Amino acid sequence: MSDALLTLEGVHTHIGRYHILQGVDLVVPRGGFTILLGRNGAGKTTTLRTIMGLWRASQGTIRFAGADVTARPTPDIASAGIAYVPENMSIFSGLTVRENLVLAARAGPLQAGKLERIFSLFPALERFYGLAAGALSGGQKQMLSIARALIEPRDLILIDEPTKGLAPAIVTNMIRAFREVKKAGATVLLVEQNFMAARMLGDTVAVMDDGRIVHHGAMAELAADHALQHRLLGLHLDTHQ
Amino acid sequence: MTDAAAPGKEEVRVGAAPIDWIPIVLTATVALAALPLVGSFSTWVTLTVAGLAMGMMIFIMASGLTLVFGLMDVINFGHGVFISVGAYVSLLVLWPLSGWVNSPSVALNVGVFLLCILLSMAATGLFGWAFERVIVRPVYGQHLKQILVTMGGLIVVEQLIHVFWGPSPITIALPESFRGAIALGPGMVAERYRLIAVAVGLVVLIAMLVILNRTRIGLLVRAGVENPEMVEALGYHIRRLFVGVFVAGSALAGLGGVLWGFYQQTLTAGMGLQVLVLIFIVVIIGGLGSIGGCFIGSLLVALVANYTAFLEPKIALVSNIGLMLIVLLWRPRGLYPVAGH
Repeated sequence: MSDALLTLEGVHTHIGRYHILQGVDLVVPRGGFTILLGRNGAGKTTTLRTIMGLWRASQGTIRFAGADVTARPTPDIASAGIAYVPENMSIFSGLTVRENLVLAARAGPLQAGKLERIFSLFPALERFYGLAAGALSGGQKQMLSIARALIEPRDLILIDEPTKGLAPAIVTNMIRAFREVKKAGATVLLVEQNFMAARMLGDTVAVMDDGRIVHHGAMAELAADHALQHRLLGLHLDTHQ
Repeated sequence: MTDAAAPGKEEVRVGAAPIDWIPIVLTATVALAALPLVGSFSTWVTLTVAGLAMGMMIFIMASGLTLVFGLMDVINFGHGVFISVGAYVSLLVLWPLSGWVNSPSVALNVGVFLLCILLSMAATGLFGWAFERVIVRPVYGQHLKQILVTMGGLIVVEQLIHVFWGPSPITIALPESFRGAIALGPGMVAERYRLIAVAVGLVVLIAMLVILNRTRIGLLVRAGVENPEMVEALGYHIRRLFVGVFVAGSALAGLGGVLWGFYQQTLTAGMGLQVLVLIFIVVIIGGLGSIGGCFIGSLLVALVANYTAFLEPKIALVSNIGLMLIVLLWRPRGLYPVAGH
């Protein structure tokens, strides 16, 4: 695929004696949202962590923007242009919101323009700019975690279950923010269990099961095909809104 | 390019990271509670100043270790040897410049003291860099091996000190103008050197707070102590940061060694190992990776040690173990727990 930004070919990952990823083949096209779906334990989080180099691929190749990043250290992968928003948010709770953003802005000091964009997406962060991040609510922490990934231009953003455990109103705000990000032309690989959000945001979709990609195609196709949904996920997207 | 200003003040709860005052009040309460037990106000002042001086020196020695613990989860039993090396390296200044030590000139006394500090910090910083590279790096993530290997490194270096400086204890003299005591009031005196140690400790504390809170490196260290993996995911090489912290921590231990050596006025190769027990107690009491906790923990440990040594010498040896037990029963993750530890 000529417009592929990220490609995984036959990627295996072992964690201790467990063989988690068992030959993942995945293509993330440039621009738009690719949604990674699958049951719990299918290997979605492991896939993101392996892309970031936080867990090492024991076999296979990961290519980003044409370069082999399989064996590169995590900081080098991040510097190459991949941002990561982990499932547990991993904000620095002892640092203020500002300090969290300062660290994420690797290119230099925070610029007003960048901050304004972040605050327009997540107004709560403006209100609590000087507050210790540990004192934020769960939704605000998630916003901060995503804001860290957006403060600098990145070629690819990996986001792991951003709506997990959040109140419906906050999920709605989050989806609105992601739509703005999408409009700006970002490429996002999004792990999401909230199928409504997945359907609203996704351009392409990959479904994982037992450490492998078992389906890859357009989100609209999966959303329209109830039989396929049932076969791949054991449910219908319409019933999980 | 400048840092964007914070939003309007009315919208921001500035400095909102709340200070936990309880451990600070506890330390002050311990000091005040000792007053009626000691009985004499002047004796209490002397004990308190001694405790503060000892606490500052322990803080200087322990601060590097707590960051190393916090940042890379490395248990470095070899930290004590940097204290010994720092103290012994000061001999390279004190012996050739003994005239400066015994001179009545304050300038020469301060000069020789600063030269001792600078040379010891440079030497222990360099030594720390080599220690991390040769001894610590191969055992990242393996706690048992870390304990064995760093303890082994400590023993080897202690023996090397015996080889270079001999096995006998070496006595050193304080610079002339650092000797004696000054009157703080009627019947109250404080040794000059203890006050100097307090001043040096405060300078180190302020410098560390400024670096940790006002610089990007400091932010990275604080973030790394909390979540090193996420720091790497943001694009920073935590290993390089760790080497820097290890070197700085070693240099601070060297500084502590110089201060401790002058305090004891006797140098032995095992002096670092002896004080290492106190340092570990401080690091655990304070909360792994917490500089503020390390500072308060140091003062608490030193004050309790001084008061109990005066009131009930028999229990002085176990007083700090008892203190650690009480603190951990109250706050199992230390006085100032760091997220992620």
